[in-house]
Amino acid sequence: MRIFSKTPNFKFMDKRKIAAVVSLFLIAFSIFSFATRGFNLGIDFTGGVLVEVGYTNNVELQPIRQALNTGGYEDAVVQHYGTTKDVLIRLLPQEGRNDAEVRDNIISVLSAQNSEAQLRGLSFVGPSVGKELKENGGIAAMTALSLIFLYIWFRFKWHFSLGASGALIHDVILTLGVFSWFQIAFDMNVLAALMAVIGYSLNDTIVVFDRIRENLLGIRNTEPEEVMNLSINEMLARTFVTSFTTLLVVTSLFVLGGEAIKSFALALIIGIVVGTYSSIYIASATALGLGITQEDLIPVVDEEMEEMP
Amino acid sequence: MNIYPNWKNWLVVIVVALGIFFALPNLFGEDPAIQFKAPSSDIELTESDVTAVQSVLSEAGITPRSIEIDKGEMVIRMNSVADQLESIDVIRPRFKENSAALAFAARSPDWMKTLGMGTVGLGLDLRGGVHFLYEVDLDSFVKTEFEKYEASARKRLRTNKIRSETIKATDTSVVLEFKDVATRDKASATLSQDDNGRTFTNLNNTSNPSFSVTLSDEQLKVRQDFAITQNITTLRSRVEELGVSEPLVQRQGLNRIVVQLPGVQDPGRADEILGSTATLEFRLVDQDNDPYKAAQTGRAPLGTKLYYETDGQPILLKRQVIASGEHLSGASSGIDTESGSPAVFVDLTGIGAENMLQTTKANIGKPMAVVFISQEKEFYDENNNKLDKPITTEKQEVINVATINGVFSSSFRISGMGTIERATNTALLLRAGALAAPLYKVEERTIGPSLGQDNIDSGMQAIIFGFIGIFVFMLLYYKKFGLYANIALIVNLVLIVALLSIIPTSLTLPGIAGIVLTVGMAVDANVLIFERIREELAVGTDVQQAIYSGYDKAFSSIADANVTTFIAAVVLFALGTGPVKGFAVTLMLGIATSMFTAIVGTRALVNFLYGKKPRLADLSI
Repeated sequence: MRIFSKTPNFKFMDKRKIAAVVSLFLIAFSIFSFATRGFNLGIDFTGGVLVEVGYTNNVELQPIRQALNTGGYEDAVVQHYGTTKDVLIRLLPQEGRNDAEVRDNIISVLSAQNSEAQLRGLSFVGPSVGKELKENGGIAAMTALSLIFLYIWFRFKWHFSLGASGALIHDVILTLGVFSWFQIAFDMNVLAALMAVIGYSLNDTIVVFDRIRENLLGIRNTEPEEVMNLSINEMLARTFVTSFTTLLVVTSLFVLGGEAIKSFALALIIGIVVGTYSSIYIASATALGLGITQEDLIPVVDEEMEEMP
Repeated sequence: MNIYPNWKNWLVVIVVALGIFFALPNLFGEDPAIQFKAPSSDIELTESDVTAVQSVLSEAGITPRSIEIDKGEMVIRMNSVADQLESIDVIRPRFKENSAALAFAARSPDWMKTLGMGTVGLGLDLRGGVHFLYEVDLDSFVKTEFEKYEASARKRLRTNKIRSETIKATDTSVVLEFKDVATRDKASATLSQDDNGRTFTNLNNTSNPSFSVTLSDEQLKVRQDFAITQNITTLRSRVEELGVSEPLVQRQGLNRIVVQLPGVQDPGRADEILGSTATLEFRLVDQDNDPYKAAQTGRAPLGTKLYYETDGQPILLKRQVIASGEHLSGASSGIDTESGSPAVFVDLTGIGAENMLQTTKANIGKPMAVVFISQEKEFYDENNNKLDKPITTEKQEVINVATINGVFSSSFRISGMGTIERATNTALLLRAGALAAPLYKVEERTIGPSLGQDNIDSGMQAIIFGFIGIFVFMLLYYKKFGLYANIALIVNLVLIVALLSIIPTSLTLPGIAGIVLTVGMAVDANVLIFERIREELAVGTDVQQAIYSGYDKAFSSIADANVTTFIAAVVLFALGTGPVKGFAVTLMLGIATSMFTAIVGTRALVNFLYGKKPRLADLSI
């Protein structure tokens, strides 16, 4: 079975200006969303209290909200979690009350409202922890990015390095943009997913780069633009197959993996789609735009040869 | 061309065999259990203990799955976590001398356990339990360090007959003032003698000649590190007292300590015990001065200190401490037979016992007081604004005043504990030792056992469905070569499970996600190779040559892609905490194993099947 009976011949690079406009627009839109909508940050980042309650039968949210309001938790966010038998309650950091009080109190409020209520999980996070997590998340992303930048520079050329980094930043911003615009819960797991998106997008980019390098060295007297088109076309079947199989697993994680992993899987789904697009249009087009030529690649190989004893 | 040397084939066979071998124990699963130990390590439990436990359990209507004795310890296996939690509450009060801990007992055969073959450790999000993150209050620790130094400097100057004007500890130093420069220099020389850690600096900004004693950043760090290590040790012994079989107590970052208690479902009690700074002091009561007058003026006469009893009465105690928490070698709780009230029975060690002996000998008929010291945390300032960091204040309370009836040294009892619970907790805290620096909790998570099980079930389900999808697709798309890739994928999973069973790490929900991601990347490696072989075949390359070039040319792409992802995983591992770290671990392991199975593994298989057939016309790819 094959997707293409012979190597397709799409003129990807012809459309690179349109792609650049689309990408820039999406990035601007994402940043606009960061500024206006912000993120629906979980208690991992904001600090606060998270209570997971299970019931034996389906429950309505309104009575629970009511009970919590009268119990002194006016700021409680109550929502179903996975099924209509499970409820998630989120509270801001509780001023003037200590954790033990809140813990005992909330359990008694809930079981007074419905004796079936069974506590399934409870978390308290201090505000300082969340602040640190945000900072560390940022540091982790920047560190990963710089190390990857150096590695690609070492393995390829700086044009590629900038292209790949541009693609990564593009993917992370767009993924964050979706989380911001649709106000999808953003917790610590999503942070891990973003790292995975970086890894995946890179995987894709490098595979295409590798072919571009090979063809730039192997095929003489052809414009770099043509070489890029050819390389992307040659890798197209592989790109589709891999994206499809990975999406298969991640979608299965999204559908079956349970509530706790939903945001994580969603970040990956978005990242894979965006990453596939960016490895073609952002990464390669940037390298092309920066004027990569055959001559850029040849000396590198020679130098390496000479250095070897 | 496509023939592997023998050693390479054997390498693949051995790695796969080892992988299957070490992954094996996981097939058997584990039971929620209770680990039941004799009061002391030199006593071995016997069948009669089993019968005793059994009868207690059947009284409560609980049927254990099995009870066995292993190396003198009893393992009580349960049918459910609910039974386990109920049983431990039944067993603990009935067997006070013994220790009972929540545990998970592997169901694998004994020979595997003897070989030390374990199962994959499950993280709290999968197993259920309590997670605490404590921050060590280093500022207040440093402050106390200077306060202690103030007291010892005062004492040392007094013994050397050097008069000081004032000695005052601040948050970051101790300032000593003297009448004249000569005295100051003498004091400075005396104190700085055989003191290589502190810095002595003469000051000019005070009215009297003075000097300050400070600690260099380096010295501060040494002391702070010591305090944190000390706190970890104390927390470990407290956790032990709580009865948890596989706890985790670990430093995290600069000044945090993470404590994870698998299986525990009562965060309230755990927190109370772990974070408590309670300790005891024994002092003589001062009978020469009027405590009410001292309370009114707020000034205690020389050599005494003002305290309040539990009922609010002021009382003056001598400054001299006879013994304190650190001199204890043992403590247990019980009922005082004389008064019928809850009491703590304590054993003192060397210096404490010696001091107690001397003091009681010289003071028969005089009253002695027990001071209970605990720390209270203030989370809000006067205007009710939330503080960044709680202020810790020490609360000292005289819980018991008794007349010394006779000479005693190492063993005695303290009554007046109020409730049985307080007596039990105090005894527990005294046994476990005091914290070197105050702690406050910055994070607490409780994961109920049912939630953990749900997470395992849904995670497994997702993996199985994802796998089936990939298997079917690969078979349809690459036919026989798809089958080889699928075999490699299964082996990959077995290897990951084997590695997770060997190395001491725990699998978390994001960890499962990490595995799923590496599965995707493993497939990608094979897709790259197979597409390359197809390309080679399409341009008419000979079949053997096509296989060779396919693997050869795809290698650099695969390696580059995996190395860069590995870099991202390492960064995550270094900078992440908790669940994120779990994700990074499985990602790193998965990249390593998938490179092996997808490249070396499938190649060995393909070489074995096709390598010796020179006239191959076509491939099932």
